[in-house]
Amino acid sequence: MIATAYSLGAVAVFVTSAILIIVGALGVIVVKNPVHAAMSLIMTLFGVAVAFVAQSADFLAAVQIIVYAGAIVVLFLFVIMFLGVDRREGVRVEPLVGQRPLAATGVGIVVIGLVALMARSHWVTGAMSVSTKGAPLATGSGNVSQLGTAVFTTYLYAFEATAALLVIAVVGAIVLARREHSLDEESA
Amino acid sequence: MIATVDPLYAHGVTLAVLLIVLIKVVVAFAVLLNAVIVMIWFERKAISDMQSRIGPQRWGPFGLLQTMADGLKLMLKEDLIPAEADRFVFKLAPFLALIPGFITFAIVPVGGTLTIAGHPVLLQVANPPMGILLMLAMSGISVYGVMLAGWSSGSKYPLLSSVRASAQMISYEASLGLAVVMVVLVTGSLSTHDIVTAQANGVWHWNVIRLGVIPFVIFLISITAELNRPPFDVVEAESELVGGFHTEYSSFRFAIFYLAEFMNTITMSAIMVTLFFGGPAGWVPNVSHLRWVFPILWFFVKTVVFAFSYVWFRAALPRFRYDQLMDLGWKKLIPLSLGWLIVVAGFLIAPAWGFAMGAVVLLAWTMLTRAFEIGTTRERGAEAVLPVIGARPLPPEVLREITDEGNV
Repeated sequence: MIATAYSLGAVAVFVTSAILIIVGALGVIVVKNPVHAAMSLIMTLFGVAVAFVAQSADFLAAVQIIVYAGAIVVLFLFVIMFLGVDRREGVRVEPLVGQRPLAATGVGIVVIGLVALMARSHWVTGAMSVSTKGAPLATGSGNVSQLGTAVFTTYLYAFEATAALLVIAVVGAIVLARREHSLDEESA
Repeated sequence: MIATVDPLYAHGVTLAVLLIVLIKVVVAFAVLLNAVIVMIWFERKAISDMQSRIGPQRWGPFGLLQTMADGLKLMLKEDLIPAEADRFVFKLAPFLALIPGFITFAIVPVGGTLTIAGHPVLLQVANPPMGILLMLAMSGISVYGVMLAGWSSGSKYPLLSSVRASAQMISYEASLGLAVVMVVLVTGSLSTHDIVTAQANGVWHWNVIRLGVIPFVIFLISITAELNRPPFDVVEAESELVGGFHTEYSSFRFAIFYLAEFMNTITMSAIMVTLFFGGPAGWVPNVSHLRWVFPILWFFVKTVVFAFSYVWFRAALPRFRYDQLMDLGWKKLIPLSLGWLIVVAGFLIAPAWGFAMGAVVLLAWTMLTRAFEIGTTRERGAEAVLPVIGARPLPPEVLREITDEGNV
């Protein structure tokens, strides 16, 4: 049913991006050195960007690279460098008792949920078709205008709430970082 | 915009199309590499002239082959990897610095459209729908080259340098992106081909004039900081950090960093021409053949002007201090570009909106200036704290003796 629709090129692109994503994701959790793990994460992000391009979501792909690979992982690396990478964490002692069985249960639930979703609908996301309204990305008026219209009409409140949240986070971070030592602390 | 994809692929991908793309890639690669060789010679020669020196003169006419000789020398040197280095990342980092320069050049339109064997060929390697965003993405990736090079060397000064570099590059990416957004806003398309065609009808349509000169200035400053070129080269400040992030590199890997720096300089000059100066647009004489050569010539001339301006910066301007650099980026360029963006957006709707937005921006600017003023003139140090406690823990003369004031 599904296999008929795809050309050889599309399959090749999909397989490439899937390999990038999976190898990168495994690298993040397997590799011991945190910097190598961050680089695996970049690989995953690139794989996701390739997948986006294959679906004609060019703008999303570019944003994926600019924001995630270009800024967020750089910040990760920043933190890793400042904290010192040589400090290996002792994994022998569990900081949270019973977290492993809980995590295993969580993974089990997610996997079962995904399988159930795949069985019921065509897409893993659960949506029955990709475009919500208007034309799909490949034939519509272009990525940017479609996304812009969606963000500033349908999802306006969510967008504004996110913006407010980010501003609060930034202000909070600055307040925490620039807190001047209170006098009691100094005299004590 | 999906309507603007390369017309080359309109009738499917045949062998001829594949061949044309291959040739474009190889030619672009070769041209860029040769341009780097000439650029290095040009920079050294121009700076020598400005400093009343002779500069390279031994190899080839006017010392043109000096870069080749240097490159050969570097390749024959011993390739050292420090014992403390992270070997894999250490070997990877130079390429992470080099490749973004190449990829960015792929989207630069060098000329108009040619017809080769019945196929319309854009004189740019690729015209992806994401267009100019590719340049932003690649400048984001080039941070890794510097950052990982410094970290993987396993040495203190390169690490300090790479932390500086990444902070600097991320900071200036914001104003860089906003300047690009203004160009995209007036063009209505992300594709570099569309950006260039929108500026084709004379000098008054060039974005540098259409947007007011400010976005261009913002872009020029940000891109210089992004490239870590003087006067923003705190990354390799010799007096503070030995050689910067590539202190531990030698031989071919060092050559790659050197290559990457100059390649990025050329690519960014080309991007600047594309975004603000109409790319290959210019006067074309009415001759029957060879009309397609003139746009390429115009593009070349404009790019050389900017390449020269970088050299000039290097010769003329002293290096910024790190805090000055951050102040310029965060307190001046980002607010300025945000404000100008709002004004441009207003004028695109209606002149009345434009003026209204201008007034709003002016108000915000004064408030921001006042806020900075309060922030910088705030009382600090012992005098601000001690009166609150009431009594001084030590007598003033003892205090003065143990602080700097006593020594002056």
